[in-house]
Amino acid sequence: MEKFTTFSAIVAPLDRANVDTDAIIPKQFLKSIKRTGFGPNLFDEWRYEDVGQPDSDNSQRPLRKDFVLNQARYQGAKILLARENFGCGSSREHAPWALKDFGFDVIISPSFADIFFNNSFKNGILPIILDEKTVDDLFNETFETEGYELKINLAEQKIVKPNGDEIAFDVDSFRKHCLLNGLDDIGLTLEHAAEIEAFEANRKATKPWLY
Amino acid sequence: MAGKTLYDKLWDDHVVRQEEDGTALIYIDRQLLHEVTSPQAFEGLRIAGRKPWRIEANLATCDHNVPTTELKGGAETIEDPISRIQVVTLGMNTKEFGITEFGMGDPRQGIVHVVGPEEGKTLPGSTLVCGDSHTATHGALGALAHGIGTSEVEHVLATQCLIQKKMKNMLVKVDGQLKPGVTPKDVILAIIGKIGTAGGTGYAIEFGGQVFRDMSIEGRMTVCNMAIEGGARVGLVAVDDKTVEYVKGRPFAPTGANWDMAVEAWQDLHSDDDAEFDCVVEMNGADIEPQVSWGTSPEMVLGVDGVIPDPEKEADPVKATSIRNALKYMGLAAGTAIKDIPAEYIFIGSCTNSRIEDLRAAAEVLKGRKISDKVELAIAVPGSGLVKEQAEAEGLDKIFIEAGFEWRNPGCSMCLAMNADRLPSGKHCASTSNRNFEGRQGAGGRTHLVSPEMAAAAAVEGHFVDVRDML
Ligand code: SF4
Repeated sequence: MEKFTTFSAIVAPLDRANVDTDAIIPKQFLKSIKRTGFGPNLFDEWRYEDVGQPDSDNSQRPLRKDFVLNQARYQGAKILLARENFGCGSSREHAPWALKDFGFDVIISPSFADIFFNNSFKNGILPIILDEKTVDDLFNETFETEGYELKINLAEQKIVKPNGDEIAFDVDSFRKHCLLNGLDDIGLTLEHAAEIEAFEANRKATKPWLY
Repeated sequence: MAGKTLYDKLWDDHVVRQEEDGTALIYIDRQLLHEVTSPQAFEGLRIAGRKPWRIEANLATCDHNVPTTELKGGAETIEDPISRIQVVTLGMNTKEFGITEFGMGDPRQGIVHVVGPEEGKTLPGSTLVCGDSHTATHGALGALAHGIGTSEVEHVLATQCLIQKKMKNMLVKVDGQLKPGVTPKDVILAIIGKIGTAGGTGYAIEFGGQVFRDMSIEGRMTVCNMAIEGGARVGLVAVDDKTVEYVKGRPFAPTGANWDMAVEAWQDLHSDDDAEFDCVVEMNGADIEPQVSWGTSPEMVLGVDGVIPDPEKEADPVKATSIRNALKYMGLAAGTAIKDIPAEYIFIGSCTNSRIEDLRAAAEVLKGRKISDKVELAIAVPGSGLVKEQAEAEGLDKIFIEAGFEWRNPGCSMCLAMNADRLPSGKHCASTSNRNFEGRQGAGGRTHLVSPEMAAAAAVEGHFVDVRDML
């Protein structure tokens, strides 16, 4: 996993509550042999006029002009702003894969579904929980100001607004460590790479027939 | 201090690191890969910019999706688009990462659990993983073999380690002697009938006792293969002279001084006399009859002389309901004799029973006989290209074909019907595979698990019979 660094980016406001994983990535796209390439089908039903299929040429499909991600002012967004209970529904890991593939690194919401919350960290996405009032303010400011950007500083656990105001957020220290150092399960095991190498060297010496 | 079980020894020999909560990092000597559970693992490596930790530890082959009818060409000619893309992707991934693959058309291609031992990739005393639950098969050679999921496949590729908690030890001890006509498949089905499909959950099962000592290595593979149907992720048999003899001279087996060292080390691969097991199950081999499953779970199994149980006489309401559901799905009535169940389809194959000894045993029954005209389709699917070659060299293909069987190319085939080989709805199939779940061999298909001999006998009669009457 890539290391999570401090960045500033456009915010896309998804003004809905209870966004479920089937809305994030509809089930017809789950047969894929990949875990990348889901970005073009993120929020498929909301983004396109027609019903997408795995073999559809997405560039030719009619877009729903009013959907937030189709609006010119939100292009290049890396931060998704959402209402409560984001990521509910089935546990499919394809949901964070699709969000990540589209380009989102941060999701801000008053609350998240449990499994989705865990899966996000595993896939290099930082879900930030802020109180409803703060989220509401962010929605308003995003709507009001074209090109509204936030700066996300995970190391210091703060969000910096364009006017310089700061919002502090909580994050589990182990998860923070993993994100900042780009560690997924494999990354964590690889923190013990020296031990594995030593074990392997010893094995090679004592059981050479296995090599 | 009590001695160690075989599982304890294998485990202790592979612990890289032990955490306080009991999880451990286990070093993995070998990984086998196939087309269904590997694509996202390779994709994960690519996204993270990682390389396999030790390329030579891996061996890949395609099996679940490959067609078993005459091949028009390579993977590109597979008709079903999802099957094709998985097989083609395995080829591309193994090429990109430099991993050896036995692809379609390679004589060494076959079912991953047939190929591993056949190539000498599976070695006694090693740890082996594969993204497939029947990986326990390899325990027949005294290897610690785990079936794992896709994210674990990626983890092993990248780190050569698996995160595991140690299981408990179970000994299934079958002493005495099997009666003639009773096979390893009957032994494991009888064991599952006794302990149930959850009986081994949380355990590594060691199969011990005279019956397994007398059994061939391929027979032990049939037994360990179905440890998972008894709930256990790991099945094991102690190493003996037969194991050493089996491994000797295989393509990936050690040679020269390494071989001598290996053989010496393998002498210790058995449970100590004073080892303590958390659970011991004992059976007498002489009591085991040829088995036929009648329901939709491998534990719903009976001797061939049995009659289908009556749910109304079952005291446990949960069991009564599952019997009722199974009978409904299978289209069978309580009180029906096993021998009165029709056999409309015959499938001889799968990682349980597709090795040369299995084919020989079935051919022995079929020799000079014809399959019943009540049988709609009978297929024999060798476990690998090399098994197929060997069978043909012995003339077994001719026996199958003359009896009325179709002689197919290697693959998983009708074991799970991911390719075009499907059991039609409502049809009864005498199958040498390992799972009789609803829809496993095709939507609505009715599977009866049996040995290759019993499948061949059912093919001849058009219903289930005691093969011993035909020997
Ligand atoms: S033969 Fe059947 S059980 Fe064995 S690996 Fe193939 S699909 Fe799985």
